[in-house]
Amino acid sequence: MITETLLTWIARFISGASVRWVDSQPDTCQRVYFANHTSHLDVVLVWSALPTEVRQITRPIAAKDYWDRGYIRRHLAQVFNAMLIDRKKIKVHQSPIDLMLSEIGSTHSLIIFPEGGRNAEGGVGEFKSGLYYLSKKRPELELIPVFINNMNRILPRGEFLPVPLLSSLTFGPPIWLEAGEPKAEFLARAREAVVSLKDR
Amino acid sequence: MLKDWALLGIVLVLLSLATFVGRWLQRQTTLGLDKRSVDSFNSRVNAWWFFSLVLGIAFFQPTLTVVLFGLLSFWALREFVTLTPTSMGDHRALFWVFFFFTPMQFVLVSLNYYDFFSILIPVYAFLFIAARVAISGDFKRFLERVAKVQFGLLVCVYCLSFAPALLFLECKNMDGNYANARLLFFFVTMVLISELLQFLLGRMFGKHVIAEVVDSTRTWEGVIGGSGATAIIGMSLYWATPFPAWWQAAAMAALIAVMASAGAMTLAAIKKDRGEVSTGTLIEGHAGVLSRIDAVCFAAPVFYHVTKYFFGAA
Repeated sequence: MITETLLTWIARFISGASVRWVDSQPDTCQRVYFANHTSHLDVVLVWSALPTEVRQITRPIAAKDYWDRGYIRRHLAQVFNAMLIDRKKIKVHQSPIDLMLSEIGSTHSLIIFPEGGRNAEGGVGEFKSGLYYLSKKRPELELIPVFINNMNRILPRGEFLPVPLLSSLTFGPPIWLEAGEPKAEFLARAREAVVSLKDR
Repeated sequence: MLKDWALLGIVLVLLSLATFVGRWLQRQTTLGLDKRSVDSFNSRVNAWWFFSLVLGIAFFQPTLTVVLFGLLSFWALREFVTLTPTSMGDHRALFWVFFFFTPMQFVLVSLNYYDFFSILIPVYAFLFIAARVAISGDFKRFLERVAKVQFGLLVCVYCLSFAPALLFLECKNMDGNYANARLLFFFVTMVLISELLQFLLGRMFGKHVIAEVVDSTRTWEGVIGGSGATAIIGMSLYWATPFPAWWQAAAMAALIAVMASAGAMTLAAIKKDRGEVSTGTLIEGHAGVLSRIDAVCFAAPVFYHVTKYFFGAA
């Protein structure tokens, strides 16, 4: 509990993040937050931007190869209740999607980064198909786009010391997978939902 | 002791007056004032309240005041670098700027090592930043990138640190334990009053805009009239300052006013250049810390050195 509060404050201090909800409200209903990914701090940042009661039921998806290394990272991953997914072992017959769905049950929400890796330029890359399969199996989940601005300058790829500039976090209105919507179209639409928040 | 309370009392009266005028302007619909400039007036008054509270602390705890100014500096620098585009190659240099040079400057100020804090940033940080960016191996727009970081550090940290440094400046004509706190109070009050007066006089009598594209509300009438009016207020407060004659206090107040408007103009130019960022979502509120302290940043080192040169203890 103390580490949680401390971590939240550290993340907020370093990122100087202003959090905005555009046409959207924080809620404890089951949701999937999907965001662009530019720095290791993104996971903590999105998580700590949520109100406490929402945060308690929200589990970020994080890369196992990064967060399972060393005592501190492992402990931190436990504090924010991260679900560690091995990026190297994603195969059809042991899909992480099923694992995620069984872990969240009917109460928890998820934070995912559909680009699958950090984007060095600060732009938004193509989305991997995980988001599509997730909402195909649970189409009633609200998908909330999140745009993280300026984090690529605070902790760029390949750096380990942050520079405390200011960033902003924008939560957008929910989207859903339409019935029969093709995968590529849905992923493009989801990506567009994130990108469009930049100017809102 | 009487002087301390008198100065505090007068500032409180002026502040209440300004707050009252601000609220009154907000409710006026017939004057045809544009809402943004009224908001800007009110946020200036709010900043003034904030500064006065910080300075109230200066009477009792000079070190705490230095710390508060340090935090203000840190935040302003954050906003400045956020506004300016830096590249990946500047990352390590920026790390040192934020976590070494900024705190170090204020530590040296609180220890009153004038010989060191007056050159730490203009000499050592200046050379360090250039070398550190060169080592990073990215040469694109090298001078431009280095200059941005240096400018930010100089204005937001170095220049601002001269305001709390006034708390340790020894003058010939000091009386009472709190003469230094009064000097700082005088300085900040003059900066904020000059901003408000220039704004008000500019709205009322302004005809000749100085640079339309940079700041469409700053006029020659406002700057000159505002500086004159500030000089009169400064003159009437001369008993609270270490300046022995009334005309000296007036001249110092006018100097502060001119430097304050120079600072505000400079930051307006930077913000205009980076328009889409400064109006975006990164910096909260329509102003941010930086635009509240720009005038203080420019006036502080000049006021400090002129005071030291003419009135400092030998």
